[in-house]
Amino acid sequence: MGREHLLGIEGMPAERIKLILDTAESFKEVLERPIRKVPTLRGVSVANLFFEPSTRTRVSFELAEKRLSAELVNVSAASSSVLKGETLKDTARNIEAMKVDIVVIRHSAPGAPHFLARCLESSVINAGDGAHEHPTQALLDLLTLRERFGELKGLRVVIVGDITYSRVARSNIWGLKRMGASVALCGPPTLMPLRVEGMGVEVYHNLDQALQGADVIYVLRLQLERQKEGLLPSLREYTNQWGITAQRLTKLKQKFIIMHPGPLNRGIEITPEVADGPYSVILDQVTNGVAVRMAILYLLSGGKVEG
Amino acid sequence: MKAEAQLLVKGGRVVDPASGLDQVADLLISEGKIERISEPGSELRAERVIPAQGKLVVPGLIDIHTHLREPGREDEETILSGSQAAVAGGFTAVACMANTQPPIDSQEGVRFVLERGREAFCRIYPIAAVTKGLRGEELTEVADLVRAGAVALSDDGNPVSSSQLMRRALEYSKAFGVSIISHCEDRDLSSGGVINESFTSTLLGLGGIPSLSEEVMVARDIQLAQFTGGRLHLAHLSTAGSLELVREAKGKGVRVTAEVTPHHLILSDEQIRASFDPNLKVNPPLREREDVDALREGLADGTIDCIVTDHAPHSSEEKDVEFDAAPFGIIGLETSLGLILTELYHKGLLDLKPIISLMSTNPARILGLPGGDLRPGGPADVTIIDLEKEWEVEPARFKSKSRNTPFGGWRLKGKAVVTIVGGRIVYQEGV
Repeated sequence: MGREHLLGIEGMPAERIKLILDTAESFKEVLERPIRKVPTLRGVSVANLFFEPSTRTRVSFELAEKRLSAELVNVSAASSSVLKGETLKDTARNIEAMKVDIVVIRHSAPGAPHFLARCLESSVINAGDGAHEHPTQALLDLLTLRERFGELKGLRVVIVGDITYSRVARSNIWGLKRMGASVALCGPPTLMPLRVEGMGVEVYHNLDQALQGADVIYVLRLQLERQKEGLLPSLREYTNQWGITAQRLTKLKQKFIIMHPGPLNRGIEITPEVADGPYSVILDQVTNGVAVRMAILYLLSGGKVEG
Repeated sequence: MKAEAQLLVKGGRVVDPASGLDQVADLLISEGKIERISEPGSELRAERVIPAQGKLVVPGLIDIHTHLREPGREDEETILSGSQAAVAGGFTAVACMANTQPPIDSQEGVRFVLERGREAFCRIYPIAAVTKGLRGEELTEVADLVRAGAVALSDDGNPVSSSQLMRRALEYSKAFGVSIISHCEDRDLSSGGVINESFTSTLLGLGGIPSLSEEVMVARDIQLAQFTGGRLHLAHLSTAGSLELVREAKGKGVRVTAEVTPHHLILSDEQIRASFDPNLKVNPPLREREDVDALREGLADGTIDCIVTDHAPHSSEEKDVEFDAAPFGIIGLETSLGLILTELYHKGLLDLKPIISLMSTNPARILGLPGGDLRPGGPADVTIIDLEKEWEVEPARFKSKSRNTPFGGWRLKGKAVVTIVGGRIVYQEGV
């Protein structure tokens, strides 16, 4: 088995992205079958190391692994030795010593997957590292967009919210730009990282301006701690200025879709009627998550695309 | 270990910035002191002769910013192992910071360091804490500390956050002629940060430490020094903005001196991008290319007074972890001279005389230490340097107990080959 990793979208060639999306599409078909399971990864073992709470991503990886017939083991911070003072390196090495082919890691420290990739023989998949990257999320978002629009090139995507702390934003910016979409960011200046324009994006603080001509409104989750950290005067003001409400959307002339990586803070960054509204593709994103993760597991195990 | 009664360093190029000397000469050492410097081929004789043809003979290098970890973290470094690393790097004297466990904030602490220092390979000068327990709340007993042998006061590792306390420290210490060495960092502004706040931190999603966090404290301390007339030495400056502030202050005649480390003179934060290498995690953080350029300019125009290592040993258990979890710090005693010669001298950016001033003469003057020159009658602390010697940084072979350097594997040109402290050869290679 090769030693390929999926650590981030930065630097990933367009052909690679396209290959993953194409592969995911073929796996989507499996998910439509009455028996949603294939023997593709029989004998391949995967460890899911979640050092940060996660429901969606974790369940999505688990389902992807199960549907490919991989053997899997789940390690969460609560149940591992990490709490007893064992280092990440030791934990990972111990798991690897049990002959694991692929390690999926979610960790609060940016670069934790890169660190594992350096000290392990297994393939490493980044399931979110701090505010750095969340490559599988970006890939499932790209798949969702490609299904909706057929073509990513030329799309105008506006990402709204807390950019500073968002790994979803970073991975999506890289992926969208690489596939030829244009990206604008909108949020309070205190949640906009320094010189982010250098990533080739436009930056707005006024939401109505930002939304002009947007094909895609990508709403980020606002961690409620940001208010306590003094980055926002109040959640109320955030909602008024940057919350996505039906009222604000009625002003838009163009057609658009709404995306959100979940979990939602209903009533804070997005109102329930928008999240559940006709332009929302939030649940499609979740469905595509399983297919994309199947594709990645398959490709990292040395799979060849069929046909 | 007994010193040779007489030692003759023969035929080297003697560079002594203090006297302006730069010529091939013989250097006679007698009873631990510099006896005389004579024209080459002189009739001088000694029991032991060190041939130094083609080598540089300079006043022993002095590093006024090290962390030797003893007492408390002897697994990372001891005064003895740190001194062994020091002499291997060409240093004949080091001053060590007070942030040990417990901190050096009492006469007993100062005496302990001095006592351990007597067995060390080089001279050891304790720096004592400005505040009790480094807590930033109460001034230490400055008179007692100075009497016991402290050469300066610093809470380094921590800033003195209270402006009132910093004012009092600068004022009070005037009575005893010691400098306050300030670690300039506004902890509110740097909180949560692990690397420089810049485009790099934006890309990596790592918490940023803004230049501001250093600069607002540099500005504060300069104002306080100007007002009180106290002696302020600014530790490990890292930003272009800090340099500007110091340049301006010096222009106004404020008593302020400043230091910079080799890593801030050579590396920038982009290096972290490819690797997330915890050995690049240091406080103050590696800044941007423009900052590196400004620091280099500051060396050339005299804004910066000295080069220090900020040698900060950490065990590999603690350092070889994910970037966020790693402690701040880089070791430097064994790489400092080689890096400066390779990156500044051999690249034509800085001449030898200023380099020796920055690494020996000025540090001695700033803290009022013996040495820093080759004056007859002065201590025979001498470093012999082979400017052309090419070598590779091999952390596994360091004398230091720690390995946390980002320079492992670097090919360097220029190295100390003989180190003499008080007339005693404490380090020698390839001669």
